[in-house]
Amino acid sequence: MANVKNKEKSPSIIGANLPRNDVYEKVTGTAVYTDDIQFGNKLLYARVKRSPYPHALVKKVDISKAKALPGVKAVITGADFPNKIGLYLKDKTILATDRVRFIGEGVAAVAAISNEIAMKALDLIDVEYEELEPVFDPVYGASKEAPLLHPNMAEYSYPNFIFPKPGTNIANHFKIRKGNLEEAWSKCKYIVERQFKIPHIQHVPIETHVAVAMMDEKGKITLWASSQSPFAQRALIAESLGISPTDLRVIAPFVGGGFGCKAGVTMEALPVALATKCKGWPVKFVLTREEEFYTNFVRQGLTSFLKVGCDEKGRIIALKNTMYWDGGGSTEYGVNVTRAGGYSSSGPYDIENVETDSICVYTNHPIGGAYRGFGMSELHTGLDQAIDELAAKAGIDKVEFLKMNVVKGGDKLDTGMIMHETGVKQTIENAAKAIDWNSPKTPSSPNKLRGRGIASMWKAPAMPPNAGSSAWVELAEDGHITVGLGGQEIGQGTFTVMAQMAAAALGVPYENVRIAGPVDTQYSPYEWQTVASRLTWSMGNAVRNAALDARKQILDVVAQAWHENAEDLDIVNGVVVSYKTENETSLKNIAIYGIPKENDQGWVGGPIIGRGNFMPTYVTGLDPETGQGTRSVVHYTTGTEALDIEIDKETGQITVLKAAASFDVGHAINPVLVQSQIEGGFIQGLSSAMFEEIKLKKGVTTNPSFVDYRIATAPDVNFKIETPYVEVPQDDGPWGARGVGEHPMVPTIAALGNAIYDAIGVRLPGPPYSAEKIYLAMLDAGLVK
Amino acid sequence: MGFQRITLTVNDLVETVDVPTNMTLLQMLREKLSLTGTKNGCTAGECGACTVLMNGEPVNSCMVLAAECEGANITTVEGLAKGGQLSKVQQAIIKTGGVQCGFCTPGMLISATALLARNANPSESEIREALVGNLCRCTGYVRIVDAVKEAARM
Repeated sequence: MANVKNKEKSPSIIGANLPRNDVYEKVTGTAVYTDDIQFGNKLLYARVKRSPYPHALVKKVDISKAKALPGVKAVITGADFPNKIGLYLKDKTILATDRVRFIGEGVAAVAAISNEIAMKALDLIDVEYEELEPVFDPVYGASKEAPLLHPNMAEYSYPNFIFPKPGTNIANHFKIRKGNLEEAWSKCKYIVERQFKIPHIQHVPIETHVAVAMMDEKGKITLWASSQSPFAQRALIAESLGISPTDLRVIAPFVGGGFGCKAGVTMEALPVALATKCKGWPVKFVLTREEEFYTNFVRQGLTSFLKVGCDEKGRIIALKNTMYWDGGGSTEYGVNVTRAGGYSSSGPYDIENVETDSICVYTNHPIGGAYRGFGMSELHTGLDQAIDELAAKAGIDKVEFLKMNVVKGGDKLDTGMIMHETGVKQTIENAAKAIDWNSPKTPSSPNKLRGRGIASMWKAPAMPPNAGSSAWVELAEDGHITVGLGGQEIGQGTFTVMAQMAAAALGVPYENVRIAGPVDTQYSPYEWQTVASRLTWSMGNAVRNAALDARKQILDVVAQAWHENAEDLDIVNGVVVSYKTENETSLKNIAIYGIPKENDQGWVGGPIIGRGNFMPTYVTGLDPETGQGTRSVVHYTTGTEALDIEIDKETGQITVLKAAASFDVGHAINPVLVQSQIEGGFIQGLSSAMFEEIKLKKGVTTNPSFVDYRIATAPDVNFKIETPYVEVPQDDGPWGARGVGEHPMVPTIAALGNAIYDAIGVRLPGPPYSAEKIYLAMLDAGLVK
Repeated sequence: MGFQRITLTVNDLVETVDVPTNMTLLQMLREKLSLTGTKNGCTAGECGACTVLMNGEPVNSCMVLAAECEGANITTVEGLAKGGQLSKVQQAIIKTGGVQCGFCTPGMLISATALLARNANPSESEIREALVGNLCRCTGYVRIVDAVKEAARM
């Protein structure tokens, strides 16, 4: 009976700070990333011929000289692969066909026996272009005067929740019309109108994109890729090649940072396309750091026009939010970023009258795609700074103003959806308390100005309404379990969290759970994509269901063998116990071969494999003209960040004194992993707020290196970040959990902008809030001479 | 392009390797010696993912030619654990939770090891300065710095 008693004593696996199950490999250098796989002497190297023009017709591509170069095994052009590819709006091809739409777009590609020969071959490719007038501004791009980037838009396919406008550059126009805005303005005592401009930024994973593809003699293809989306890549690349998805096997080793840029399909289709022209030869394509900056997904720029008003008591009652997204040359993924920006455009605030136009515009800039937060950082940067000013105008403390206006369970949201319970108010209190919001703001010297800022946020998983997850759980002969799953370990710790969930649901120690990795579409169960902060919730449900299914099978077998009822049995620490008869047996005694019947009269049981899946079935469509519907999203994760800063009057330099980030995570399955996500996300947000911008000049990315595109380094983080999280359970989350991967970088720019405003009384139109911009603003305002 | 035969010590093993004269130390480690723990993040000496110890000093191995390594003593992440026992910095970073995607981790561990070898009891700002050349996009450096402090205490 030792185990039955231990059940009471043993600490819960859920909510425990268990060590990551990938950490030993990662600290010893044995964790395998895509570029670490050895392919032997037949490995070919891919390079891409890229457009030097932002917008041009491709008149002629001559590859004859490149093909003749010794060592070159394949040369392809857009004409070889004319089928469209794209996650939502299918507006892209693997290589440009008739037209290039941004500097760096591929027009041809080479596979050769060395990188040097591949580069040499690129120089031998002659491309004839006819330059066209480019579009570099989304507001202009949306106008009737702008030249069209996609004249054939009407022929593109897209799901029914995307609204492109053929004959314009508008790839999606999402609208919200809630209440009566005109009437509401007349009831407003205070109104703030502001324009913000948020620049393009880059994800900057330390591992650049890498993919290796090989086609065998029978025409089956294997793709090894640093990928957040092996299953989506299988589907989309197969579709564009006109082959069956299961004829393309995607193997996805550990990922050296994703943040959205390794979701969907970007460069991964290219080595596959080359591999089809040289069967039996593996083709490797690694992006250089320079290519990483602008040839793949960027976080698109945003120009937003905000008007927000409150009544005399400080209740926000009116919001007009017009957003022009700088979508880039293709918006196949970006259209859904702008949709998310649209349906969440009120932020976590209960506003009765809302009018939103979220407009995704084609421009001759790099392609916008998923970036941690999926539109929410961009949205909140303006919204929460406008609301900050509104609070100041109304003469109400910002913390009180937010608390008065945030949504609560039962509120009717901007889309008409009824809000679930949320701890957003608690996150405001936590963040304010952590930085001593009400303590005196004394600068440390007369040369400094001190300020505090706070901003709240919300974000829903942005995905198709029915994105699904699946999992299996298998019992091995040692009584340990193996979990099959299709979501990817990109650093967030999902393999650890899934092992905790499987262990807890089945009843085995955490150490006895192995994750069947790497994810391999040939063996692993289906998962939509590792995006949207959805795995803990969605894949967690699938894993939990699979473990419960295995558990039920085990208990049924044991109950049959012991002539007991399954309800009287339990699995504790890997041992099946009976509370009725006090029988017990280790799982290893029943795995694989089952249990012998008495007197050698045969067996019961057999190999145990549990299966589970999860798919939300309740999300509804929204009206294209009003954005109204029953259920726009699965749920919202909410949170708040606050900063206490000083600004040096002589340099404009910001010093962060203290920071706080509080999020409602539903239930922290592994608190250290939750806090690590929040700390890392906050610093990524702060880095974007202080330093980061892809400097585009006439379509040219002028700063594609770590020297010219600065990200936060260790000395920049010389202050304390507090992360007091909140746990209001998610009704359909495993153990009440919901995701928090992206959220920590969402409100950071706004929180910092508000702190700067508090310190110097100037509202800057957009990040990065560099020392130079702040100094010049102080000069303009007469604060310094 | 010529070749050169060099003899050097890598993780306590003497290796003799024929290297093209334009091959970097990073390429040699990964491609000739199958030591893929050292990562390439930029090929320009800017991100620190490829940091190894060369005669006890941290260097960006993408900026060192293999041919310059004749007689050198190189330590990579694979050489930190001895006899199956993780080094203090490795143990500490597991304890503090300073690993996420793991791609910067090998370079971070090497830079931290070099710091502690020259300064057994560094201040927090000395730790941060020692890691300035190692970029991390996941952790915000919080628990990596904690790990170096922890290792110094061990």
